[in-house]
Amino acid sequence: MSGFLGQINPGLLLILVGFAGCLIPVQRVRQALMVATPVVAIILLALAERATDLAVVPVLGFDMILYRVDSLSFIFALAFLIASFLNAIYALHTDDRLQDGMALAYAGAAVAATLAGDLMTLFIFWEITAVSSVFLILRAGTKAAYQAAMRYLGVQIFSGVLLLDGLAYVYKSTGALSLDAFTSFDQPGAKFVFAAFAIKAAFPFLHNWLQDAYPKATVVGAVVLSAFTTKLAVYAFARMFPGFEILIWIGAIMTVFPVFFAVIENDLRKVLSYSLNNQLGFMICAIGIGTPLAINGAAAHAFAHIIYKGLLFMSMGAVLYRVGTAKASELGGLYKSMPWTTIFCIIGAVSISAFPLFSGFVAKSMTMSAVAYEGYVIVWAMLLFASAGVLEHSGIKIPYFTFFGHDSGIRVKEAPFNMLLAMGMAAFICIAIGLPTIGGFGYGWLYNMLPCTVTAPADVCLMSGDEIKPYKPYTADHILTQMQLLMFAVLAFILLKRFGLYPPERPGTILDTDWVYRRPGYNAVMWAGRVWAKAGPAMTSVFAGIGARTFEKIETTFSPRGALARGPLTVSMAMWSAVLLGIVMLVVLLAT
Amino acid sequence: MIEFISSLVPTNLAAHAPALLVVAPMFLAPIAAFMPNGRLAWILSILATGFSLVMAIVLLSQVRSIDEGAIISYAMGGWTPDAGIEFRIDSLNAMVLLLVSAIGFLAAIFSWPSVAAEIRDAKRAMFYAAYLVCFTGLTGVASTGDAFNLFVFLEISSIATYVLVALGARRDRRALPAAGNYLLMGTIGASFFVVGVGFLYAATGTLNMAELAVRLQAVPDSKAVFAGYAFIVVGLGIKAAMFPLHQWLPNAYAYSPSFVTMFLAATATKVAIYALVRFLFTVFGLEFSFEGSTLIWILMPMGIAAMIACSFQAVFQTDVRRTLAYSSVAQVGYMLLGISIGTAAGVSAGMFHLVNHALIKGALFMALAGVVLSYQGTSLNDLKGLGRSSPWTMTAFAIGAVSLIGVPLTAGFQSKYALVNALFEHGWWWAVAVVMFSSLLAVVYMGRILEAVFFRTPSNPNKRRQEAPLIILIPLWILALGNIWVGVQGGFVAGLADDAAAALFIGGAS
Repeated sequence: MSGFLGQINPGLLLILVGFAGCLIPVQRVRQALMVATPVVAIILLALAERATDLAVVPVLGFDMILYRVDSLSFIFALAFLIASFLNAIYALHTDDRLQDGMALAYAGAAVAATLAGDLMTLFIFWEITAVSSVFLILRAGTKAAYQAAMRYLGVQIFSGVLLLDGLAYVYKSTGALSLDAFTSFDQPGAKFVFAAFAIKAAFPFLHNWLQDAYPKATVVGAVVLSAFTTKLAVYAFARMFPGFEILIWIGAIMTVFPVFFAVIENDLRKVLSYSLNNQLGFMICAIGIGTPLAINGAAAHAFAHIIYKGLLFMSMGAVLYRVGTAKASELGGLYKSMPWTTIFCIIGAVSISAFPLFSGFVAKSMTMSAVAYEGYVIVWAMLLFASAGVLEHSGIKIPYFTFFGHDSGIRVKEAPFNMLLAMGMAAFICIAIGLPTIGGFGYGWLYNMLPCTVTAPADVCLMSGDEIKPYKPYTADHILTQMQLLMFAVLAFILLKRFGLYPPERPGTILDTDWVYRRPGYNAVMWAGRVWAKAGPAMTSVFAGIGARTFEKIETTFSPRGALARGPLTVSMAMWSAVLLGIVMLVVLLAT
Repeated sequence: MIEFISSLVPTNLAAHAPALLVVAPMFLAPIAAFMPNGRLAWILSILATGFSLVMAIVLLSQVRSIDEGAIISYAMGGWTPDAGIEFRIDSLNAMVLLLVSAIGFLAAIFSWPSVAAEIRDAKRAMFYAAYLVCFTGLTGVASTGDAFNLFVFLEISSIATYVLVALGARRDRRALPAAGNYLLMGTIGASFFVVGVGFLYAATGTLNMAELAVRLQAVPDSKAVFAGYAFIVVGLGIKAAMFPLHQWLPNAYAYSPSFVTMFLAATATKVAIYALVRFLFTVFGLEFSFEGSTLIWILMPMGIAAMIACSFQAVFQTDVRRTLAYSSVAQVGYMLLGISIGTAAGVSAGMFHLVNHALIKGALFMALAGVVLSYQGTSLNDLKGLGRSSPWTMTAFAIGAVSLIGVPLTAGFQSKYALVNALFEHGWWWAVAVVMFSSLLAVVYMGRILEAVFFRTPSNPNKRRQEAPLIILIPLWILALGNIWVGVQGGFVAGLADDAAAALFIGGAS
């Protein structure tokens, strides 16, 4: 499609409608827009040409490429738009202008950043995602949410600043702002850009903002947040850092370490946040491998993950909405009163656990295979362990403690219809892209969109979407390996539960690495503040003294009331003229 | 647009544009003096400056008619140079002339309400006559190619300026000592300058600047040339308010009538800097070994001292006009710093900042004139809460303020950026730190004012909404939007500055 419509970046459309939505007071009108806009955007995207310069705007001397579509950006943008559509439906029961509008604008910013054609455009939308998403946390209205939102905003903006630094270096050294992949860290700016992406992708030790902010967001907010920021970072890594070996190890560590936190955490939305981290690890690891198969794995995983993670957050949101808490220790037995939510949650749980026939399986297999083909045995083992961990905390813990387990006696209504509808659609997608290809359904649909052409020994990612993908997830050994893993993990859970060794669901605070800056760091700042408060008055008096004397001096020298203004000012100036004349003559004479 | 306007002017008029630009206001000045009332004199001054503006535009289009910049030589009264006086317009002159006449025109338009409020009825016609004389002098300095003639025009403008400043006495008696002080200092500056020209004449036997440049090559080691050089640099330094010879400026700006302050701040020091640059790079040149050392040992340190010391002084002022006056000296420091780099890029950055600073200070002082009109005082205290009572005036003021600070997308940013680039290119990275520090001080002193204007409650709660009259608001907003226009689309002014610098470094000498 060419012409005017072909130039509209769907993300930009979402942003504009989102901002406008903040001003529309009529709930029905606004929500109709919120649901319809992603659909329109999906159509625009589907019809868009695959080209690098669909919309170019000259700004301040260089061209900003606002819209570029290729096979890698397409799949991420599509996933974002689908998520945005589901989120809009999920939010229908609320009447919150700011939340509706900002959710859409946030999604739009993520889409626009994905479809950006140069670093500057990427940076701008990168920052818009930060600013628009913070409202989703703020709307929770609690003090904790406010503080978390401010921490979140600080971290996100810092990431943006790093990106700006990086792009300045890139621009200075190459004279352009292309999004072409870096080849090594020695390239100017590469480290800054890497650090910027790393923060958004919640790398280990940079991850705390995620577990800090997401669980404190509103019911809808957490669902929306889970989809975009981190996956945008994954996309950015896939775009600019494919095949960087360090990513393999970072990714592997990322998959493993949240497992422990997730298993003992009580707040189930926080469990999901940790599990989000772990899932990102798989994608980052795949990008680090960097073979076409691995990049495909990362893209497929991101696509599937956006849907099933959204589904899980939706189900926990529905529970939170009805019960008022998402703490494992206070829930249990809800399957009786919320049967549909239970079913959808389980579908999400088995998807994330990568059961065959569900979306997680077809996505994760690719990553695992790519790691295995490249011979990273230790990494492969780590990912395997992490897969078992995923099943433990997301696949079993979430549904078990919420809907089964010991009956908490809570009896509530089923979730509102719009929530069920959104969850139903998400669950449908989870299954539809997980099945073996039968008719129009099945994983073939997902695989057809993947960015790289995989030919047997190829090591070049061709980035073209419509070639045949020889990779087959449903082979006997894949299924067998996966089922063994899953069955033993389930067995382990049952045994641990049976013998009372599984960490009981207890209210409490898990100390993560952010404790370092939130406690000792905070105390250090407070201590410095107290020292300053003591030293301050003394210094103030010194400075005030200096200031007063300076002021007095200026006053007596320059003010019209001062002596110099009436006569001696002229004298001083005349003298200065003579002095300067002398100096100039001296300089001239010395120089010749 | 330049081509369009100049195409409207008849060719026989355009042929005499260099002379007409200066002569027209000169002849209208005495007529204005004899006008029965001030309003007619006002209209006359608008006509005169407007005519000069059109002539300046014509000149600019003539200069830009060829790529490397034409040099228009106009022999006054048909007397060819060396015997007669030559008006010589190249890209640099054309830029300064356009600046002076455009500001002069806007100033003339806006002046009426302010003059009506601050000048006694009987003196208004004379006031406008003095204004036109001052305008004549400034344009004359920027047009002439004759060193002595330049002195004459410098004195014409200065003497008129003393009168204009002294007329502020009705509003504030301190205008009288300020004018007296300015008179003495200005005279010293002018005398130095004329002494310097005398030395050069003694050494070369010519007063024509282009001819001087040629003949000076023959006597590079003459002590008379050294002395002449030193006198000229210091003399023009006084006129340009080069630190520490700036002390006449804050009082003169603070106590003269609002309109005069606005006009002087945007043009007078700029023209002096033009003359300084003209002598440094056209008459003399970097091939004189002493010139490079003067740039490094005099202009650069003085520029930096101004940027820091005067910014500090600006911070401590309680009167907003004095704050802005000190800030003007600091901004002159930026221009001197740019010039002292001694490269085309540096001089271009200096000239760019010169134009932008005229836009900035023009807008700021014009807004202040509006404030004076409505509320009399200009102390920080008087400005409290004005953001609410006269939002349009103060928004324009705020635009000028952020531009002065150098916020991106404003004119101030563009020229500071050009300056920083030129400094980096030349390897003076430490001077970049000074520019940053001085800009930080600008944040402080302008921030104080903006804070009082927009976030404080008025000290007198009965202050009613009182906007400046439309005749002030329109030129004010032209200047304010000019700041943003240059900030977003800096190409036009940057191009003028580049051409001007190129004229100095390539075409100027011969």
